[in-house]
Amino acid sequence: MFSVLKERVGDVLLPGDEFCCGPQETLSLTDSGKPERLVAGPGIRQSGDRLLVSRSGVLRHKEPNKFWIESQQRRYVPAKGETVIGIVTAKSGDVFKVDFGGSEQASLSYLAFEGATKRNRPNVQVGDLVFAQFVVANKDMEPELVCIDGSGRANGMGVFGAGGLLIKVSLGLVRRLLAPHSDLRADLEKLFPCELVVGMNGRVWVRAASVQQTLIVANLLQSCDTMTPSQRQQLFKRVQQGGL
Amino acid sequence: MKDTPLSNCERDFLLKAIEEKKRLDGRQTYDYRKIKITFGSDYGCCFVDLGQTRVMAQVSCELVTPKESRPNEGIMFFNLELSPMASPAFEQGRQSELSVKLNRQLERCLRNSKCIDTESLCVVSGEKVWQIRVDVHTLNNDGNLMDAASVAAISALCHFRRPDVGIQGEEVTVYSPEERDPIPLSIYHMPISVSLAFFQQGTYLLVDPCEREERVMDGLLMIAMNKHREICSIQSSGGIMLLKEQVMRCSKIASVKVSEITDLINKALLNDKTARKAGGRCGFAESIPQERITALKTDQTSVEMTGVGETVSSIVQTAEAPPQKVPSPLLPVPGVGQVGEGMRNTWGVEEEEDGDSSGGDSGEEAVKMEEEQHKEDKSRKVDVVEILDSEEEEEEEEVVILYPETTEKAKNKGSSSGQKGAATSRKQQKK
Repeated sequence: MFSVLKERVGDVLLPGDEFCCGPQETLSLTDSGKPERLVAGPGIRQSGDRLLVSRSGVLRHKEPNKFWIESQQRRYVPAKGETVIGIVTAKSGDVFKVDFGGSEQASLSYLAFEGATKRNRPNVQVGDLVFAQFVVANKDMEPELVCIDGSGRANGMGVFGAGGLLIKVSLGLVRRLLAPHSDLRADLEKLFPCELVVGMNGRVWVRAASVQQTLIVANLLQSCDTMTPSQRQQLFKRVQQGGL
Repeated sequence: MKDTPLSNCERDFLLKAIEEKKRLDGRQTYDYRKIKITFGSDYGCCFVDLGQTRVMAQVSCELVTPKESRPNEGIMFFNLELSPMASPAFEQGRQSELSVKLNRQLERCLRNSKCIDTESLCVVSGEKVWQIRVDVHTLNNDGNLMDAASVAAISALCHFRRPDVGIQGEEVTVYSPEERDPIPLSIYHMPISVSLAFFQQGTYLLVDPCEREERVMDGLLMIAMNKHREICSIQSSGGIMLLKEQVMRCSKIASVKVSEITDLINKALLNDKTARKAGGRCGFAESIPQERITALKTDQTSVEMTGVGETVSSIVQTAEAPPQKVPSPLLPVPGVGQVGEGMRNTWGVEEEEDGDSSGGDSGEEAVKMEEEQHKEDKSRKVDVVEILDSEEEEEEEEVVILYPETTEKAKNKGSSSGQKGAATSRKQQKK
């Protein structure tokens, strides 16, 4: 199973593709008796003795035994602990309703802001952007967001968004942007100073010195979704030389 | 499902950008997004892409009894469907305000402008007329559905062919397309709708608003016009006050846009016609990729293998030697080198079975059988073929051939060179 999967790392797979233990796979007697275990990440699921691909994308592998499908999905499913950009849609009693692009709206308590008390309410208007974290993300329950971390600090979260532009990109691009040594981010840094807020739900907020520059960054981000690194670098170089 | 709300920051940014004469996708104020018109494999099926907005129109016809008030006129029916596929905000089966507005505008644009000769759709006066039905489906909504829908509807109508009918006395026969060529509708002119969005109480004007621009606009002016600059319908919504000069200017802008789009439709229709005449795939059918295997698992097929060894060796022994002369290399197409007749690719070519080879020189088998064949060859002929691949970028490859020195000498090293030849030829096959 391992070798079959490893062979295909980096290939594009489609839902319905399957891997099965070939008959040629034999157990070696000399090896230690530990059976190989495989961790199937997003996009791969087990069905009997086969592995089924359930999402279209590129097969990725992380040593020693993790496999997953890197997809350009746009649909967001909330997960506990992930930080997202939400739009406040309603104020009802002591909670705000927040749209984060999922199937349901999340609730955000007005006490879940830094320094908020019953008397000292945070200033949040309908239509504001919030950067918040999921504390409840369960398929049977209403998702719940907070704008504080465990110790009650804002830690970058809260209401934001004056003067910038909100765009939607694929979840794959967001992960690439947030990766520790993201080459995409490194490329972007060379262009001009800009401010980014990246939510795991595929929303990215951009602000640069001028409207023109903000638009450039936004359009660049939206277009690099489907580009190879070399194409992207070429494009970025062209923008840089354009003297914008 | 509710639509994604528009945040305050987006609204502010958009308005600021419009003030600075900038648009989200880098267009100028009067620019349309890229329009792409494709036709389906059937007559009367048209897809229109306006940037990310995508609309499909399908025309169909039916013989019905006419309205009593107009006994010798055909009936036109328009229907615009806002499917949830286009946007989560659209609901199935419920007439929303937007859908009523778009349906009404489409009807005014195409039916009330009398762009189609309805009298020619009459078969028997008072008894049988053609009813032409135009169904417009929205596939994706990124703003300005009206313009996309009007372009799709009129292109589909131009593309449509209705079956021919014959009348013998009382009897009406509808001929199938095989019996008689279907007839196009007679279209007098092509009305096309152009949408203009107004911002800040009419201070700023944009042509072809995208979805986010539509959300922040104050008013919308939809002008349907044909290329003879005749206004077919005009509708203002959103409740803004427009000056006479503004409306005049808008109609001038619309006339320019309409003539551009009309040219585009005509070009698309012409392309489709030539493609159809040539018999090739056209329109939407062209984009359906074929013959790609995406699954990794293939069923094993058992192959009868008994007696193969004997057959091969008998063939090797009995086979006649091919001519000693080494033919000059052929270049059937750039990128494919070929030496001799032995490994000619005979895909789709009727091949006569000749006795001296094991039939290995056909198609895909050739790749596998090459080796075998070369082994076979070693008894009688050796072509030492060395093909040096030059750079990949070059269209035509340089082919260097070292002619065989002597047969005896070659015999000794036959097997190795044969293998080599096989290896290189396999390389070619891959290309």
